[in-house]
Amino acid sequence: MIGNIVAAITDGGEAATDFESIATFTSSGSTRQIDFTSIPGTYQHLQIRAVFNNPTAARNVAMTLNTSVTSTRWHYLFGDGSTVTAGESTQNLLTVQDGFSTTNMYAMVVDILDYANTNKNKTVRTLLGYDNNGNGIVQFSSNLYATTSAITAIRLAIADYDWVNGSRFALYGIKG
Amino acid sequence: MPKTYEPIATTTLTSAQNDITFTSINGTFTDILVVAFLKLSNNANSSVGFQVNSDTGSNYSVTRLQGDGTTPESGRSSNVASGNFSGNSLRVADSAGNFSPILFNMMNYANTTTNKTFLARGNNASAGVGASVSLWRSTAAITSLRIFPVVGTIDTGTIVTLYGIKAA
Repeated sequence: MIGNIVAAITDGGEAATDFESIATFTSSGSTRQIDFTSIPGTYQHLQIRAVFNNPTAARNVAMTLNTSVTSTRWHYLFGDGSTVTAGESTQNLLTVQDGFSTTNMYAMVVDILDYANTNKNKTVRTLLGYDNNGNGIVQFSSNLYATTSAITAIRLAIADYDWVNGSRFALYGIKG
Repeated sequence: MPKTYEPIATTTLTSAQNDITFTSINGTFTDILVVAFLKLSNNANSSVGFQVNSDTGSNYSVTRLQGDGTTPESGRSSNVASGNFSGNSLRVADSAGNFSPILFNMMNYANTTTNKTFLARGNNASAGVGASVSLWRSTAAITSLRIFPVVGTIDTGTIVTLYGIKAA
C-alpha cells in the first residue's frame, strides 16, 4: 500500500488522485455517532484517520458497516504500559479504551481493505494509541464483518456521552 | 491548495549524523506521516526518539507495546524529554546492510486546541517489532521535528520522508 502511494505522488506531477480525502467529520462536542454514507466503489481500499476522546468516561468505539453489518469477530492485542493482553470477542467493538481527557486524544488508523469487493467478507485492521502521561494504551486489532456486499456506509459510535470537541474522523480512499 | 497526500521533505544521509531535523513544517495539512528506512551506527543498540519545536523539556510521555521474539512487553515513560520515534524501545537496525522500516504519524499536528498525539510502528528483523504512542503536552502547532538515537548516530543510507495528509 505504501508503494502504491509513493508511486502516485511521483506520477507526472499531477494532483495526486490515488489517495483521496472522501469526507471528514469534526465534532463540536455534541456528537456520539458519525456516518460516512454514499461511499463510492471506485477505490481499492479505505482508511480512516481519527483523533478523538470523551470528556466524561472511557467508551469503546463500535463500527457498523452498511447500517446493519456488525463485527462478528474481534481480535485484539494491547498494552497498557505494564500488561500485555491478547483477546477476542464477538462484540461489535473496534477499540479498547483506557482513560479519558479533554486535551489528550486517542489516535487511530483504520484500514478497510478491498472494501468494494463482492466476493469477499470484509476484514478491518486498526492501530490505536492513547497516552495521558501516566495511563494509556497501544492496540492492534482486526475485525471480521461477514458480508460480501460492497461497503457504502460506515458508522462510528460510542454508547453514551459525546466525543470531545475537536474529535475528528477523516475517510480516505486509496486506489489500487 | 495542498494535495491529499503530498511529500513535503526528504532527507537521505550520505554521512552519519547525530540527528535529522525538519524545520518550517507548514500547517496546511491535517496529519503528517513520516516514513523512514533507518539504520544506526554499528552496534549502537539503541531506539530512536524525537522532539518537536525544539522542546527539550520533560513534556513528553510514551506508552509502548512490543515483542522481541520471545517476550511481549508493554511499558511507559512519563514526564520525559523526548517521545518515541522508532515504535518501540528495542534496538533499531545497526548492522551492515540492515535498515528498520518505521511509520510515524503526527496526528492533527497543526491544531492549537489539544495536546499532540503521535503513533509509531517500527520493525527490526533482528530485534523485534512494536508500536508506541507518544504525547507532547503542548497545544502549539508543530513546526519542527528532530529525530535522534538514544545512543550512537544515524547511519549513511538512512532515508526519511515527511508526507502531508490533508482531510476534506
